[in-house]
Amino acid sequence: MATKYAGLCIGVTGLNANDNPGPGIAVIRALKEGLGNDIRIIGFAYESLEPGIYMRELVDKTYQLPYPTAGTGALLERLTYINNQENLTAIIPNFDAELHNFIIIAPSLLKIGIRTLLPSLAQLQVRDKANLFEFGNKNELRVPPHYNLFSAADLPHATEELGFPLVIKGKFYDAYIAVNMDAALKAFKQLEAAWGYPVIAQKYIKGTEINVAALGAGNGSNLSIVPMRKLYITEKGKAWAGVTIEDKALVELADQFAKATHWRGAYELEIIRDAEDQLFIIEINPRFPAWIYLAAAAGQNQPAALIKMSMGENVAPFNSYETGKLFIRHSWDQVVDIAEFQKMSAFGEL
Amino acid sequence: MKIKKNIATSENGFIFNPATGDSFSGNAMASVILVAMKNGVNPAEIKADILKKYDVNAAQLDRDWEDWIIQLKEANLLELELNHGN
Repeated sequence: MATKYAGLCIGVTGLNANDNPGPGIAVIRALKEGLGNDIRIIGFAYESLEPGIYMRELVDKTYQLPYPTAGTGALLERLTYINNQENLTAIIPNFDAELHNFIIIAPSLLKIGIRTLLPSLAQLQVRDKANLFEFGNKNELRVPPHYNLFSAADLPHATEELGFPLVIKGKFYDAYIAVNMDAALKAFKQLEAAWGYPVIAQKYIKGTEINVAALGAGNGSNLSIVPMRKLYITEKGKAWAGVTIEDKALVELADQFAKATHWRGAYELEIIRDAEDQLFIIEINPRFPAWIYLAAAAGQNQPAALIKMSMGENVAPFNSYETGKLFIRHSWDQVVDIAEFQKMSAFGEL
Repeated sequence: MKIKKNIATSENGFIFNPATGDSFSGNAMASVILVAMKNGVNPAEIKADILKKYDVNAAQLDRDWEDWIIQLKEANLLELELNHGN
């Protein structure tokens, strides 16, 4: 049966469902479950081998987008072209690196009828890895100390201050645990080449890894909070399995963050609980996490709620979810004809 | 000495702590004792029941009980008991 959302056309990025997955596919699953299968999903991809492009049961059509380094002009031009073909209702960007541009062009997108629900540039900046410790201090949130690295010469200062092991992180993605100077230097070089400056050295906190997916209302409160304990972690530090848990302290932490920032839209808190039960925020991601479908399966469909909010609906806060709900990720060899890959590569559309 | 209220147990001995996400596999005996503890049965009654049903002497049962409680504490399955000293 068609829902009132039938015919909505929603653009989603992050179709890279690989071993370091983007959230796009999980977001799409949640959207279809929450808004009905008769919505139209437009995938946005940066590379022709992003697996989601070829998941035709989830993605109706995919368009290639210019890389974020091409700037806001190129992005707006491309999205205007796509909108002329598709008449987009809303877009959910799912990459940290593209958010800056999307936030800047959000008013222009609205003028052509495309809604978004994004934090402000100031909100984006405040939780940046390079600013996180300062933000934590200011708002009484426990954040491990860090050191911003702008050259290899900064490393000895960082290690003197933070000791080993320490975590070397890229500006947007990737992190390595370094146990000595050689490992730290190698990680620094890889991350500066991939993501630019600063590379961040963060004090290593030993403990249990917990993530919280949340949806900020933009007024200092949250509409949804779902905590997940990682049960299986890949070499890249990604959750390959996890379980929803119930802990008041985690909910309070997310509420404290929303109160401090008045965050609008999706975000994820990455947390370590140490042996003394202290909660350290090691990262705050300004978007849905790749495991967001678990939140929907547990009873809080954040992507669907975000779309409703972007359309001006009054969305009531969720007040419960199912604990003990597990996700177990898997890999799947998808077979596609070379013609499809060729079409995507040559024309930037499929 | 109380088991946390929200601990989920199953008949086959599976134990899940929804606050931490930890899960444990116990045997059937563990499951029976946990259910009794969750229902507020006091340790003396649980031990008396075990002595009645199984071929075990009281001294051995006391040692095993202490070990059991240590395991529950380590697994973070017990309610914290606050001491109100003078």
